[in-house]
Amino acid sequence: MTENNCSCEENNSKNEQLTMDILAKYSGKKGSLMPILQEVQTIFGYLPQTILKKISAETKMPMSRIYGVATFYSQFRLQPVGKNIIRVCHGTACHVAGSENITLALESKLDVEDGQTTADNQFTLESVACLGCCSLAPVVMVNKHTYGSLTPDKTKKLIKKYEQKEN
Amino acid sequence: MNKKKTNTTNTNTEVIVGLGSCGLAAGAGDVFDALADEMKKNGVDARLKKTGCIGLCYKEVLIDIISDGVKVSYGNVTPAMAARIVKEHLVEGRPVDEWIIFKKDVVSGENTFLKDQKRIVLRKCGLIDPEDIEEAIAKGGYEAIKKVLSENSPDEVVAIVKESGLRGRGGAGFTTGLKWEFTRKAEGDQKYIICNADEGDPGAYMDRSVLESDPHAVLEGMLIAGYAISADQGYIYCRAEYPLAIKRLNIGIEQARAKGLLGKNILGHDFNFDITIKQGAGAFVCGEETALMASIEGKRGMPRLKPPFPVISGLWEKPTCINNVETLANISWIILNGAAEYAAIGTERSKGNKVFALTGKIERSGLVEVPMGITLREIIFDIGGGIKDGGTFKAVQIGGPTGGCLPEDFLDTYVDYDSLTKTGATMGSGGMVILDESTCMVDLAKFFMSFAQSESCGKCVPCRLGTKRMLEILERITQGIASAEELDLLESLAVDVKMSSLCGLGQTAPNPILTTIKYFRDEYLSHIHDKTCPAKVCVDLIDVVINQDLCRQCAVCIKHCPVQAISGARHEYTVIDPDACIGCRMCISVCPWNTIDVDSPKQLIVPAEKYRRPVNKENVAESVRCKADESRGGGA
Repeated sequence: MTENNCSCEENNSKNEQLTMDILAKYSGKKGSLMPILQEVQTIFGYLPQTILKKISAETKMPMSRIYGVATFYSQFRLQPVGKNIIRVCHGTACHVAGSENITLALESKLDVEDGQTTADNQFTLESVACLGCCSLAPVVMVNKHTYGSLTPDKTKKLIKKYEQKEN
Repeated sequence: MNKKKTNTTNTNTEVIVGLGSCGLAAGAGDVFDALADEMKKNGVDARLKKTGCIGLCYKEVLIDIISDGVKVSYGNVTPAMAARIVKEHLVEGRPVDEWIIFKKDVVSGENTFLKDQKRIVLRKCGLIDPEDIEEAIAKGGYEAIKKVLSENSPDEVVAIVKESGLRGRGGAGFTTGLKWEFTRKAEGDQKYIICNADEGDPGAYMDRSVLESDPHAVLEGMLIAGYAISADQGYIYCRAEYPLAIKRLNIGIEQARAKGLLGKNILGHDFNFDITIKQGAGAFVCGEETALMASIEGKRGMPRLKPPFPVISGLWEKPTCINNVETLANISWIILNGAAEYAAIGTERSKGNKVFALTGKIERSGLVEVPMGITLREIIFDIGGGIKDGGTFKAVQIGGPTGGCLPEDFLDTYVDYDSLTKTGATMGSGGMVILDESTCMVDLAKFFMSFAQSESCGKCVPCRLGTKRMLEILERITQGIASAEELDLLESLAVDVKMSSLCGLGQTAPNPILTTIKYFRDEYLSHIHDKTCPAKVCVDLIDVVINQDLCRQCAVCIKHCPVQAISGARHEYTVIDPDACIGCRMCISVCPWNTIDVDSPKQLIVPAEKYRRPVNKENVAESVRCKADESRGGGA
């Protein structure tokens, strides 16, 4: 299993400590639920239920409200993600340039459906509305890197590079 | 080859690499490293600089070399080209002509692209290092805030902006000066200015480019707005999909604070102002101002009924002025050059410039800044160079996912708020996606509707249910199983949703449907009556077939088919199973012998009757029809 989702106790307590630091940082500041969730998600890769409960207890905000916000915005995830997140842009320019086929190619290559994570936890495949690189359509973002002017084949090769990085 | 180790002491030479998101996606990071490497190897001590985006996105990676005031630009640069550019241009002083895309007095597409533009918003983009405030200051940055603090009262600033005629660039086109005046006059101990950088429109990226290339223009615009409306706190609500913009804004804010341009007693005056960045979390509806404020408050981003307008009761119920990135980037220019100068550009009711993101099937795609009142034809054909690969123009999709599609007859439409609204499209935030014959307009309408449907926040019924029902009808049309009555139903539903939705999303979401039905009705009818897709896009109405006479039986297609719809093997007949085929055309793109093609029409597998929903014409209420007709008649 990957370190990211490691369930060893040491890591867990470290992450919980980080969560407490975040909560302390935003303590008493209004409108801070979203930044809290965003920062917590960068630690865990998603929003674990236990942590949401902790946020609720610390901020005195009802769980229903936190859950409401967490499910409203597409950025927040309630399920663990893979080590690499692949975001396929489905903006207008990318759609016209064939982004559907990019998603299809990735689905068949990784054997997952859009929104799912591979069995080995290496990749999560997502669709996004627009990455704003319309001139280079179709565009894919892997983690923090954006790649443009792709074809289904080029995309598969790109993913191969990330696979190799792992080994 | 003998490598000369000439130590070129050309210190007034600058090598500038465009490192915006577009450039980075095209590999500018590697080019930058390769150039640094080669320059070091060759002992060149020219200055290697980073900059943002100049707008020639189709030629990324771009590098400019400026020596003795003469600029030469290279386009489509790869790391492999770095060695030759450094050796020949920088060491030997012979520019590599074949790679040059822009040079003064040389006729080139890039020259035409830039020549017809007049830059105000993008004036520093691609020229300065966005991560260095000194460069912005050297090019006149923060001069305008200095000027207003020492020369103008807040009321005078409001008057200047009002006089300039500047209208909001985010889409609605409300007069900026008026908005400022209302916020200034509103009662409240605390006021806010918000910069709307939640550029959600697919196909528009001018705000990202400005934030990445010249964040200081936006920060200065906010400072001036803050002074004018007496706000001491500003927020930038930026979408999370723009990490580079957020990073550069953060750097810009830090540097501005360090220079006393943000914080307490700015530039020694009795004026306090600071800016906080709030990150969006991926909800298109948050571009709507009341939803945006709810999001900043840490709630679900759902719009609310107006009035009260944000200028009276906005963020935390305080008077709040919300301006778009591009609007704010205009402000400092207006202050420095005068309202009259700005008002002289554009048309009677749409003043100044507008930045458009030119994308899709166009020869030269990128960001163009042009005066209002220019025609679509000038933008697409003169500046953009026409349709890519010699294709035929079919339509321009303008105004984002909730804008409209205009056919060739409208190419001479003036680009200003009022002329565009008359056509049924909108200015929106300035996305222009050019479409050629390979785009199916019904499929495109479906694409936009599926976007609107998934982004609908669900608060009001017309938008929540209406977008879903419209999407279902469009799906049936593209599957060839819709009846003619359903087209009428779709149209009247679109008008209903437009008239009764709570916020801008629902009110404009039907625009793509209404404009495509209005201008491309034939295409809808082909899908409905003939069960064909003229553009050969809709999967259920096409057959992908292998021409057995030409097939060399290499089996490459079999390997690449994502759904295993192709049977056969090497040296055997390969056949595509039409039932399994999803029409992705992967096989067409990989076939080395060009033997696979799309055929239309296809025998319908599902009998149309089976799915046909009885639509009682009389149920489409008379009142709705009248309304539909009225709005079509009145709007056109």
